[in-house]
Amino acid sequence: MFTAAIFLPLLGAIIAGLLGRWIGARGAQWVTCILLVVSALLSVWIFIDVALGGNTRTVELFTWIDSGDLEVSWALYFDTLTAVMVSVVTIVSAVVHIYSVGYMHEDPHKARFFSYLSLFTFAMLMLVTADNLLQMFFGWEGVGVCSYLLIGFWYHKPEANAAAIKAFLVNRIGDFGFALGIVGTFLVFDSILYETIFAGVPGKTGAAFEFLGMQVDIMTTLAILLFIGAMGKSAQLGLHTWLPDAMEGPTPVSALIHAATMVTAGVFMVCRLSPMFEAAPIALNMVAIVGASTAIFAATVALTQNDIKRVIAYSTCSQLGYMFFAAGVGAYPVAIFHLMTHAFFKALLFLGSGMVIHAMHHEQDMRKMGGIWKKIPITYVFMWVGSLALAGVPIFAGYYSKDMVLESAFGAHTPVGMYAFWLGIGAALLTAFYSWRLIYMTFHGQFRGDPHTMEHLEHASAMEREPVAMWAPLLILFAGAILAGLLAYPLFVGDGMMAFWGKSFPPRIAEVIEAAHHTPAWVKLSPLVVGAVGILLATLFYLVAARADIPGRIARAVPWLYNFSLNKWYFDELYDAVFVRPAKRIGYFLWKKGDNATIDGFGPDGVSAAVKRAARRVAGLQTGYVYHYAFAIMIGVAAIVSWYIFERAV
Amino acid sequence: MSSWDILTLTAGLPLLGALCILFIRGDEKVVAQNARSVAMWTSLITFALSLAIWWNFETSTPGFQFVHTYEWFPALGIRFKVGVDGISMLFVILTTLLTPICILSAWEAVKTRVREYMLAFLVLETLMIGTFIALDLFTFYIFFEGVLIPMFIIIGVWGGPRRVYSAFKFFLYTLLGSVLMLVAMLAMAVTANTTDIPGLMAFGFSPEMQTWLWLAFFASFAVKVPMWPVHTWLPDAHVEAPTAGSVILAGVLLKFGGYGFLRFSLPMMPIASEYFAPLVFGLSCVAIVYTSLVALAQSDMKKLIAYSSVAHMGFVTIGIFSVLVSGSADARTNVQGIEGAIFQMLSHGVDSAALFLIVGVVYDRVHSREIDSYGGLVQRMPIYAGVFMLFMLASVGLPGTSGFVGEFLVLAGAFQTNTLVAFIAATGLILGAAYMLWLYRRVIFGELTKKSLMTIRDLSPREIVVFAPLIIIVIWMGIYPSSFLDVMHASVENLVNNYRSALCTAKVIVCPQSTASVLTE
Repeated sequence: MFTAAIFLPLLGAIIAGLLGRWIGARGAQWVTCILLVVSALLSVWIFIDVALGGNTRTVELFTWIDSGDLEVSWALYFDTLTAVMVSVVTIVSAVVHIYSVGYMHEDPHKARFFSYLSLFTFAMLMLVTADNLLQMFFGWEGVGVCSYLLIGFWYHKPEANAAAIKAFLVNRIGDFGFALGIVGTFLVFDSILYETIFAGVPGKTGAAFEFLGMQVDIMTTLAILLFIGAMGKSAQLGLHTWLPDAMEGPTPVSALIHAATMVTAGVFMVCRLSPMFEAAPIALNMVAIVGASTAIFAATVALTQNDIKRVIAYSTCSQLGYMFFAAGVGAYPVAIFHLMTHAFFKALLFLGSGMVIHAMHHEQDMRKMGGIWKKIPITYVFMWVGSLALAGVPIFAGYYSKDMVLESAFGAHTPVGMYAFWLGIGAALLTAFYSWRLIYMTFHGQFRGDPHTMEHLEHASAMEREPVAMWAPLLILFAGAILAGLLAYPLFVGDGMMAFWGKSFPPRIAEVIEAAHHTPAWVKLSPLVVGAVGILLATLFYLVAARADIPGRIARAVPWLYNFSLNKWYFDELYDAVFVRPAKRIGYFLWKKGDNATIDGFGPDGVSAAVKRAARRVAGLQTGYVYHYAFAIMIGVAAIVSWYIFERAV
Repeated sequence: MSSWDILTLTAGLPLLGALCILFIRGDEKVVAQNARSVAMWTSLITFALSLAIWWNFETSTPGFQFVHTYEWFPALGIRFKVGVDGISMLFVILTTLLTPICILSAWEAVKTRVREYMLAFLVLETLMIGTFIALDLFTFYIFFEGVLIPMFIIIGVWGGPRRVYSAFKFFLYTLLGSVLMLVAMLAMAVTANTTDIPGLMAFGFSPEMQTWLWLAFFASFAVKVPMWPVHTWLPDAHVEAPTAGSVILAGVLLKFGGYGFLRFSLPMMPIASEYFAPLVFGLSCVAIVYTSLVALAQSDMKKLIAYSSVAHMGFVTIGIFSVLVSGSADARTNVQGIEGAIFQMLSHGVDSAALFLIVGVVYDRVHSREIDSYGGLVQRMPIYAGVFMLFMLASVGLPGTSGFVGEFLVLAGAFQTNTLVAFIAATGLILGAAYMLWLYRRVIFGELTKKSLMTIRDLSPREIVVFAPLIIIVIWMGIYPSSFLDVMHASVENLVNNYRSALCTAKVIVCPQSTASVLTE
């Protein structure tokens, strides 16, 4: 059962990938979708057994790497944290699979698409079920490759190819830290099994070791190295540049990989390794600061983007920041709680925007939309619900989790906690604003696009505008976006918390959550207030006073601020100038000046030229390589003989 | 264990096949066809025999197995002695695996002098196997240097337009190292009064002598690896060599250097090895960063892969010399570095061989190695694109492929010895991904606009047969590397323990009294 839930998606990927030619696109879709649904059902069963029943278990498969003290097995480890992740991943993945049948129905490469999707799901499941760092790394890089393949799925588009490579490389920078973190952990603990590491953490707390010539605190160093990996995967400030570009991939991919699952792997990692982070307060503060900074940064960028998917992408980046700062103040269950609710409502938003794009014939620019809500009412409702959940309006899922995130930050009563709290409040205001900006620009006002598209939209039947195959699976996410927070609250962060999580997290969470529950009333109310303000402002700017063009006026009044946001704080330009172009230039320089001019010039070419000159003088007969070979033998023999004579003489 | 000498048989069989090819008579077409068949069958039987070696190999034995000795020049004390241990055995398999693949890949690509071509490959195989099984100093030297002769011929006769220049360059580099190594070998033979390799390992040369010997051997091995800055022959040699030549060059010949370090430098000159380890680390780190950056700037596919080989071999040399754990009070050692290095060599042997075959596939069709001549191949060659993707990812070191295990173990070993080295080496993970992904994108993705590519065919069944075993092995090595690592454990542990005790005895490192004597754990 446990094994099947994890490996069925792999089976689907292999069948669709290798036999796609024989079973056809239809066959590939059926196989992958059915296997994924079965896997999702099994995951519910796992959730009931492991998380609710409290039966932690490990399924050992076989040895992976065994070298000296380094012993790693392929294993499936299930505790509550894993069970939550497995359920979220397989359910969202199953929804996305079925949705894709409708979304991709015109694509000529369906078998390949479904194979990649299933393969991704498998890699993600390997990541969350690992019982050691190396298998997590396997899943980690595996999801990275699938993400690369799916971003570049439309390989004839140059932007898609560029985005795919960018995603892989930026993630590799994170993985560079992760890999060093793993080998460092192995050096310190002689093992990379979670269990052994966690047991050894108390003994190493506060100890120092030599790293890059400095004496540094062991746990802080390891935690920071590992966190660099998390920053890459979860697109945190500095390593976030790949995520918006990743929107070049098909929209179902954006929903599954770049919103609900893969990008949350970094949060999962910090929570999974919480005993290590607990022993490294400095690293934990870093997590909180990076998370909070990302939350506000991404929200400011989302304000001005015009591509519907990019707005949601930056929103994802921002919400991941929330999860990180929750983890950073020690509120790991809150981070996972928000991760879970976010998976539902953000996937809903993405797939909803996919329906918009589908209806608009692959138009993604919101400036060319407007007034289409009557044409696609179901989508309209979905987007409203998703936005309500995102903005944290009561009853909806985000309300419970986001409030908890902010309360835990405040409840920490540390400078870092306050920093996170205030930036989080600011980001909440912006979140509400850009969410409704999106809704009004897309669905309300005058239609601003190509009249041709509108004509199509007019003539298409309701079924063609919103195929049932696309919206029906979304009902699950729709329900999740409304109810997930309410239902899960008691278990995840409420009274049943300690029993529910078992040994997944350090015992300190009890105090942290307790402190979060006992924050002043204004703290509990403020997210709601700023959310309402954000919605009202957006309504004023884009609906009520749309004629007045307030946003345009602001942009004209402070163009530098507008451009700074529109151009995403110029990160891409900076990286391009500092890393990308110099790397190629240096490479070319080393090749031409280093290899060709210096090494060859003084080495073989220089020597051969000299030998040629000498040979011409000495012999003047032969040139070419046979002669030189003979020459070499002679030198060798001469050396041997003279050495022998010398040795005897002594 | 069987009493017949399976090692000599395995090494000699290709030579026998070569003799048979020599006697083929008839018109050119018949000769070509028969030569191909004989070569194919010979190499396949050789491969089967080598699998028998693996089958009968005792993984728990640290020493040499299947040892046989023949007197050769009794007057000079030179004997022909063969045997394998956990370090050399898998290289024999690698050689016997790649040879039939090379022969099959050249089935249609080579049209001129087919008989001589097959002949050269079989002789090459004998010499390569001989290098890995030789247990006598001079037998080793003869094989080690003899390999170059068929290799020169393969590049010189069937190579590209600048073949003479590149063969010549290769030769110049090798020359210096060979001479010095020969002198060093003579010195060893005279000092220890034996040419027996196991005997020399146990001899214990004086520290001063070790220094000179180490440098002399280093001159030879560093060129073979190749290490920076003596790597510039490799890109040229690859570019000019025919596809199968590149496969053998990258797949097997580059491993001679690493193997040499493990067989000679570490066990016979441990003190010098420890002394010079920082030099090796420095050169390897430069190699990884420098050649990765240079690879980024290449416009020729084969050159790019050649430069990536230099970077990958940088990992190997780092791993080999990361034996001691720094800062440990009881002078701990680790085996991950060396096992990772061996694994990385095997993995690179398969992976780079496959990448050169991949270049060969399109070269046979379009006759260009320029990256710019391609683009959008996936639209006409989906199977090819898939195969290329797999080996590209293996080269990048994706977990689940062979490339990851070696790199990870080397990093784990290096981190224990020197964190800075591990740190710099790890940047290779990023740069390696950069040039490979960029190469792949330019060749495979995008629109298919070039006229010359409009009618290009996907992999033929024969080509699929060439790649199939390599695909299986790359994934097998990535998912279940234990089948390979288990072979090495005993021998590597033995090597590491001897290395440590030699350093303890020489008081190069401070060892606790009690553990110094525990060598056979």
